[in-house]
Amino acid sequence: MRVNFTVNGRPQEADDVWEGESLLYVLRERMGLPGSKNACEQGECGSCTVRLDGVPVCSCLVAAGQVEGRDVVTVEGLADFAKQRAESGCATGACGTTLQDAQQWRAKGTDSQTGEGGELSPIQQAFIDAGAVQCGFCTPGLLVASDELLERNPNPTDADIREALSGNLCRCTGYEKIMDAVRLAAARQSEAV
Amino acid sequence: MDFLRPASWEEALAAKAEHPTAVPIAGGTDVMVEINFDHRRPEYLLDLNRIGELTEWEIGEESVRLGASVPYTKIMENLRAELPGLALASHTVASPQIRNRGGVGGNLGTASPAGDAHPALLAAGAEVEAESAARGTRLIPIDEFYTGVKRNALQPDELIRAVHVKKADGPQQYSKVGTRNAMVIAVCAFGLALHPETRTVRTGIGSAAPTPVRAKAAEEFLNAALEEGGFWDNGKIITPSVAKQFAELCSGACNPIDDVRGTASYRRHAVGVMARRTLTWTWESYRGARRASEGAA
Repeated sequence: MRVNFTVNGRPQEADDVWEGESLLYVLRERMGLPGSKNACEQGECGSCTVRLDGVPVCSCLVAAGQVEGRDVVTVEGLADFAKQRAESGCATGACGTTLQDAQQWRAKGTDSQTGEGGELSPIQQAFIDAGAVQCGFCTPGLLVASDELLERNPNPTDADIREALSGNLCRCTGYEKIMDAVRLAAARQSEAV
Repeated sequence: MDFLRPASWEEALAAKAEHPTAVPIAGGTDVMVEINFDHRRPEYLLDLNRIGELTEWEIGEESVRLGASVPYTKIMENLRAELPGLALASHTVASPQIRNRGGVGGNLGTASPAGDAHPALLAAGAEVEAESAARGTRLIPIDEFYTGVKRNALQPDELIRAVHVKKADGPQQYSKVGTRNAMVIAVCAFGLALHPETRTVRTGIGSAAPTPVRAKAAEEFLNAALEEGGFWDNGKIITPSVAKQFAELCSGACNPIDDVRGTASYRRHAVGVMARRTLTWTWESYRGARRASEGAA
C-alpha cells in the first residue's frame, strides 16, 4: 500500500508498504532516515521514539498505515523543529527539513572536537556539552523525549525528568550525564527567555 | 494482509461484520509487538485511529463513558477526580510513549490477566460497551467480561466502543508489584475502592489468576465487619485483625501460576500485602475526609 504523511514538516510518500509494517521500518528502510533506532521492537527501550502529531511514541508500535495524513518529527528534523518553535512559527515559508537534508544530517559542526558551530537543537548541544552520549544508540530517542519534556515543562524537577525519560533505556551512562544534559538545556532555555 | 481504515464508527462495525477475523488496532502497543515478532499474521488489520470519538470521554451523573482509545496519559491528566483508581493504574502502564498510545479498550480487547486497567475497573465497577452492526449496542458487566486467559466476552463481529466506569464515591487505591517503576508487566496488582454510599468495598486482582478477578469472599467479610463495628459511622481505625483477615481472604482469591515474573506463592503473598496496604490507605483517606467534613480538629 501507499502511505502519505508529513515527515519533519514536509509531505512524503512511501510506496509498496507492507500492511504489517511499522512506522519505524518505513522511516529507516524506505525513507533513508536511520536516526530512529531499531532495538527491542516491543516498546521497551524507547530508542525509536518520534513525535506523532506532537506526541512522543514508539515508532516500532505504530503501524505504517496509521500515520496516513499525520505529522511525524524524527531526530533528523529536531534541530529545525526546535528552531521554528523558538521563532514561534515559520517565517520564511520554507520550513521543515527536506528528505535529502534529513538523510544527510550529521551532528557535527565546524569544530570537530566539540561539535560546535553545527545546526543543533539546544537539547542536542546540551547532550554533547554534558557528555551524555556514549555509544549513542539510545541518544536519538532520548533527544526526542527530552525535547518534548522541555517544550511541555520548561522547568522540570529531577522527578519530572526521570518520569519523562522512563521509557528510554541507556545501557552505557547510568543516566547521570543524561540528567545533567536535560538540566543544562532547561537552565539555558530559562536564561534565554 | 489487508489494512482496513474505516473513517467512522459505522464503517468500522461494517468492516468487522464483513471480516470477523480482522484484528482491531488502536494504540498498537499489543498488536504491533505480535506482528513485529511474527507471532501473529492477521488477515486484516482494522485501524481505529481515524475514529475521533473513540478518544473522547463524557462525564455523566453516575459514570464516565470512556472512549475505547482514550490514551492512558489523558486518563491520568483529566480523570483523576472521577476515576482515581483507574488514573493510578494508568500511571503504572509502561512508559510515557506507551501511555500516549495505549488505552483501556486495548487492555480489554487483549484481556491479558496482567493488564493494568483491569483491577481498577473491577474495583470501581464498570460496564463494557460493545457494538456490532447486526445487533447494536450491549453493555457487558465487567465481572462477566473476562472469560479466560486472553479471552473475553466479545463476539467476533463486535468492537469495544467505550467503557462506562462508575464515578468514585469514596477513596480508591491501586498497587502493582514489579521489579522497577517503569516498563513493568505486573507480577501482580491490586485495586481497591471504598463505596461509602452503598457501604461496600470492591476489589480487583490482576496477574494472579487466569483472568482478572474480584476477591468476593474478602469483600463480603469486610463489608460485614465494617457494618458490624459501625466503622462507616464512627470512622475508627480498621482493627488489625480485620485487615489481616481481609488480606488472607484476598490471597485466597488468587489462583496464580509460577512463571518468569514470579512464583505462585509469591503472588499470593504479595496480593495479601497489597490488600492490607490499600485498605489502610483508602480507609485513612476516608477517615480524613470524614473528619474534615465534620470540622473536627
